Amino acid sequence: MAFKETIGNTTYSFDNLKELLAKATPYRSGDVLAGIAASNNKERVAAQYALASLPLKHFLSHLVIPYETDEISRLIIDDFNESAFHPISHLTVGDFRDWLLSDAATTQILKNISLGLTPEMVAATCKLMRNQDLIYVASKCEVPTAFRNSLGAKGQFSTRLQPNHPTDNATGIAAAILDGLLLGNGDAVIGINPATDNLKTTEALLHMLDGIIQQNEIPTQSCVLSHVTTMMPLMKKGAPVDLVFQSIGGTEATNKSFGVNISILEEAYHMALSLKRGTVSNNVMYFETGQGSSLSANAHHGVDQQTCEVRSYALARKFKPLLVNTVVGFIGPEYLYDGKQITRAGLEDHFCGKLMGLPMGVDICYTNHAEADQDDMDNLLTLLATAGCNYIIGVPGADDIMLNYQSTSYHDAAYIRKLLNLRMAPEFEKWLYERLPS
Amino acid sequence: MNVYLLNPLAMNSENHPKIQTESGLLKKDQLNDYTFARVNLPTSGFAIRLSEVLAFRADHAAARDAIFTPFEIQKIKDNIQPVCKDTIETSSQATSKEVYLKRPDLGKLLDEPSKTKLKECTSKQKDVAIIISNGLSAAAVNENAAQFLNHFIPQLLEGNISITPIIFASNARVALSDEIGALLETKLSIILVGERPGLSSPDSMSAYFTYAPEVGLTDESRNCISNIRIKGLPPIQASEKLFYLVNASLTKKISGVHLKDDMGLLE
Repeated sequence: MAFKETIGNTTYSFDNLKELLAKATPYRSGDVLAGIAASNNKERVAAQYALASLPLKHFLSHLVIPYETDEISRLIIDDFNESAFHPISHLTVGDFRDWLLSDAATTQILKNISLGLTPEMVAATCKLMRNQDLIYVASKCEVPTAFRNSLGAKGQFSTRLQPNHPTDNATGIAAAILDGLLLGNGDAVIGINPATDNLKTTEALLHMLDGIIQQNEIPTQSCVLSHVTTMMPLMKKGAPVDLVFQSIGGTEATNKSFGVNISILEEAYHMALSLKRGTVSNNVMYFETGQGSSLSANAHHGVDQQTCEVRSYALARKFKPLLVNTVVGFIGPEYLYDGKQITRAGLEDHFCGKLMGLPMGVDICYTNHAEADQDDMDNLLTLLATAGCNYIIGVPGADDIMLNYQSTSYHDAAYIRKLLNLRMAPEFEKWLYERLPS
Repeated sequence: MNVYLLNPLAMNSENHPKIQTESGLLKKDQLNDYTFARVNLPTSGFAIRLSEVLAFRADHAAARDAIFTPFEIQKIKDNIQPVCKDTIETSSQATSKEVYLKRPDLGKLLDEPSKTKLKECTSKQKDVAIIISNGLSAAAVNENAAQFLNHFIPQLLEGNISITPIIFASNARVALSDEIGALLETKLSIILVGERPGLSSPDSMSAYFTYAPEVGLTDESRNCISNIRIKGLPPIQASEKLFYLVNASLTKKISGVHLKDDMGLLE
């Protein structure tokens, strides 16, 4: 189905839904690289007008990637919940944006409709929204999860303590962990990206983290961010696995490039559940995502990077994860060029994830070849905290010496908690402050 | 109670979390002995003290400047003159650093004048083409390429491995080496390229090579030696590693994931 929109004397036409979505997307380098961005600002606004008048129902009969060729498309259609969709089924994309901002859209109602929302509906709505809309609506969503502590309640702000080391040196990692704990970091998870993704290293790191958590009775969970197929044999072997991690994307081909598919994830999920290591509840999965991964894997099917990103959330929510975060500036300037684009994408991903029902966090970050610096991270951190972001990443001095990028520091988390009076996971906070001299 | 009236940094070595390591029980004032991560930073309130903020900013500045530093082709030419006098200057289709950063696809394509130059080159069908590109850090190749080649080229020649003129390729992505190697009809294509600068390594060079280079190959066809810099893998040692691998590649007629690290040379 083609779309037409006239602005002034010019009529713009869009051949199909994916072209309309791509051209309605706020400007970013990745869509230009893919050759799918609007060719000028007026065409972009024309696409936004056309998108605003599209009924939400349209997305149920028109897929951006065919059902037959992509298992994420099949998941989106097969898991669609008609009754959850019913209250908003009469709305256009534009009406839905306005409704989200109204007082009728309460925390409970947003939760009720989330399974009736497809990723493309959410992505389309997001494209029409200003940054303040993304912040405000996200702040109304609440997605609590739990494992050894309780995360995601309103007024809470957590961190993944990320103590990476370029040679996976145990003492080096431990030093970064202690430093982070002393600054109140690590309530979301203590999570290491291993420099070497193999069984031996991963197993050693799992035992080390488990030892630290057990010995000090820390109410938190650990994760070694090795590939899911590294984790499964270790779980069989009885290694102390709290959370299973995987990077995921929004198309079957993207996930293939990551070496996973839905059935592998299901197998790992059930294996992790069966370990029953959670004490408060049993959300056992941890996913990372990020705009641009599908284009980077040449697996985007001509779909814009923000829509691909939201499609990955449909996959994530199938596994009731404890944690999901976009790694928003990691991928580089060819996808998100500067602080402005990274900021926008971070707010988009957080909003879309929350609306889809995910316990969304953000790795607020950049690489040295992006036009960004720590001031941009401060801005995005402050915006996301007001939007109710579940957690961020805590890295010593914001400088990850293994992955060679900059994120947020242990101190940044302390800053934002103090500024906005945000709290740690209650079990973790109690543990930390009981240890202080009175 | 506002919990932030209590500062966890006030924990002393008696009550802070106990972490046993092979170096003994960790003490919070000794963390810097075990990692070069920015741990145990001095604070004012919860904020990092200015001295450390400025140190971070200086490292970031060095990394940023490394990207935009001019590619000193003439200086490198002068410095490698004892081992190689023939050179050809080429460029990718990324006409500026901004285009280069936004359009990696253009960095993988030669511009037309460069194609013509290479087609007209009279020294084709050699064993090896060596390409130098500023990539994401001109500082890396400005500082390390000449020292590397002054060791590497004599090794090749002593091993009866023939080389084309040295190709300077401005604003290249690694895959440009495939097109260059294909045009020069060499058995192997090597590219020395500036890596994405890190805060602690703004001047780090990588060497990638591909056997039987042709347009359209992907990373699995390549081998890489990274972190080549004085404070990382020093250029002369890196040259030894590359020489070993190039020999293995020419003998086995392969490169990439199937060229295994059987001498423990690749990390």
